[in-house]
Amino acid sequence: MSKLFRKEQLRELTLAYAKEITREKGVLFWGIVFPILMSLGLGIAFTKKADVVRKIAVIADGESHGESNDGSDAGSRGANPEGSSRIETFLQSRTKRIEPNGNEPARYEITIPSEKLGNTTFIFEKTTWQQATVHLKRGNVAVAIDEHDGRIEYHLDPRNPDAQLSYLKLSRLFGDGGAATAAGEWTARGSSGEPVSESSGELVSGASGEAASDSDGEPVGDASDENIVPLTVSGTRYIDFLIPGLMAMGIMMSNLWGMSYGLVEKRTKKLLRRMVATPMKKSHFLVALMTVRLGMNFVEAGLLFLFAFFAFGTTIQGSLPALFLVFIAGNVAFAGIAILSSARTANTEVANGLVNLVSLPMMVLSGVFFSYHNFPEWSIPFIQKLPLTLLADGIRSIFIEGAGYAEISVAVLILMAVGVVSFIAGLRAFRWY
Amino acid sequence: MTFATAPERTTSMDTNLVIEVKDVHKSFKTVQAVRGVDLRIRRGEFVALLGPNGAGKTTLVEMIEGIQKPDRGEITIMGKKWKGNQDELHRVIGLSLQETRFVDKLSVSETLRLFASFYQLGEDRVAEIIRIVGLEEKKKSYVVNLSSGQRQRLALGLALLNRPKILLLDEPTTGLDPNARREIWAILLGLKKESETSLILTTHYMEEAEQLCDTIVIIDKGRILREGTLRELLGDDGSTGDRDEGGAGGRGTGAAKAAESPVAPRRKTLDDLFTELTGRHLDE
Repeated sequence: MSKLFRKEQLRELTLAYAKEITREKGVLFWGIVFPILMSLGLGIAFTKKADVVRKIAVIADGESHGESNDGSDAGSRGANPEGSSRIETFLQSRTKRIEPNGNEPARYEITIPSEKLGNTTFIFEKTTWQQATVHLKRGNVAVAIDEHDGRIEYHLDPRNPDAQLSYLKLSRLFGDGGAATAAGEWTARGSSGEPVSESSGELVSGASGEAASDSDGEPVGDASDENIVPLTVSGTRYIDFLIPGLMAMGIMMSNLWGMSYGLVEKRTKKLLRRMVATPMKKSHFLVALMTVRLGMNFVEAGLLFLFAFFAFGTTIQGSLPALFLVFIAGNVAFAGIAILSSARTANTEVANGLVNLVSLPMMVLSGVFFSYHNFPEWSIPFIQKLPLTLLADGIRSIFIEGAGYAEISVAVLILMAVGVVSFIAGLRAFRWY
Repeated sequence: MTFATAPERTTSMDTNLVIEVKDVHKSFKTVQAVRGVDLRIRRGEFVALLGPNGAGKTTLVEMIEGIQKPDRGEITIMGKKWKGNQDELHRVIGLSLQETRFVDKLSVSETLRLFASFYQLGEDRVAEIIRIVGLEEKKKSYVVNLSSGQRQRLALGLALLNRPKILLLDEPTTGLDPNARREIWAILLGLKKESETSLILTTHYMEEAEQLCDTIVIIDKGRILREGTLRELLGDDGSTGDRDEGGAGGRGTGAAKAAESPVAPRRKTLDDLFTELTGRHLDE
């Protein structure tokens, strides 16, 4: 029997470990069903058009909450110079009144139908400024509206994209879209309502420009002169971005949690110590773990792809052998990292911390769910060198950009090197008891 | 087993010598676990290391099995040191550790088959071991579904797989009920009858030492306090001591039984001897 390679040992170790993990029902759920459910949930969430419901606070307490655009006193609040309230007129004529329950205030509902963008429903609720501030702070509403001298004021946090979107839709609804920014008359308010400088502002009031000609026009719904074309070309949808990211994440998590945690647990149970007191080749033991993980990950990724193929029409546009190569390289990298990170500790809580230490930063940074290009420019080169980024980008480029060996070769080499170096370092530092 | 003071029983040229421990010391931070132990064990000899928890028994066994290195002193197995001979020595040693937990979702036969592969042993040996440790009815059961006694028999079966020349058992019956303990004893007595395997057994059950072993080494605070056969340790009175065949375990069982009889004199026990030597009981 060769001292370097003992086929029988490796076969039995591989079989034993495969049986160990496939006999755990939890492994099947968390390894296979869960990623599919995640892709289903995220795929549906980001693929189907969304029906958006937004609550809007309508200030109706008759108090002054700030200066109007022309600097006049707010005494004329709530009515335009002609004496009618634009908001009140809008609510009475265009919305459906929802009768209040008990002491609740009356609500008004309007739905902007859109086949292409999804329906948007606004629910207007009359409230005092004080209550509106509470709602804004709690995030119950993103925008509060008020009226001064026939001008509508929008109170919102300009750093909140959802509030911005609601403002744009609302301003269009009232027939004065873009007027606020065009007027360039933003003012900021403190939480108590007093005006403060914009730089320190928490809420921004965008006063509308001159009142629109009338609020009974037809701004509701898709503008007839617009032609919105949702992206449906394969590879450009969010689900096409997501599936490769989920595969990469699955490889990382399966290796780190499955191997690292499993090794520490075996050490804690003194099983490693018992096994190493035999002529078992230590490297064979670790290679068996890596082999079984590779097989499991292959099955998991294959099932995830099949699901995405049938559910969302996801396809692989690039080279299949290149995909296989980057898949192997990713597994080698994370298996090596798993062995290195579990080389010393015999405490499962420490193992938890170590796995989180390795995986969480990459989960956040590596662009699994959303592009890492949203991070600061200086950090991008660093992020792109992370193993999970290399793996996710590699798989993604093959899936949606039609990449082949040439495009992924650097990533494969780096991943392989990370894996081999980590494996050797881990094996040297490994504590068997 | 030989007395360090009785060189006529063995010499360094003794071809039957399988384990030789010479002036071994081992410390962990501030704790001196083993302090100058000498031990010689011959082929076929069953030796009990008897002492309370923390006496240094496990550390001594771990040094013999090669997973701890002595700070000072020398250990040879079959005339060879561990360094450079690990693969060879692992093939002649079988061991059972305290509280080892095997893979829950492997069956008894799968676990044995896995370990058998480490020694290039086949199905025949696996089947033989299952028979020896009496787990025929449980061979397809997952380890997680075994009782503690059955798990300990599996651990013993794994230790016996390679037909070891030296068997190291670290508290093999701790925590087991009397029946399960008797089953383990029966297997070991069968081994003693049928093979030339040498056994080192650590225990704090004096009945276990009395039942199984030719030689008993009383150890405390890292030192050997006394060693010899039961007769040598207790004298003629003790050698016919009232043993608890049921193996209830614990100290003073034989003495307690003797005390129940109005006519029988109280016989000296190993616990009495330990108390004489240390002022404490074995289970303290």
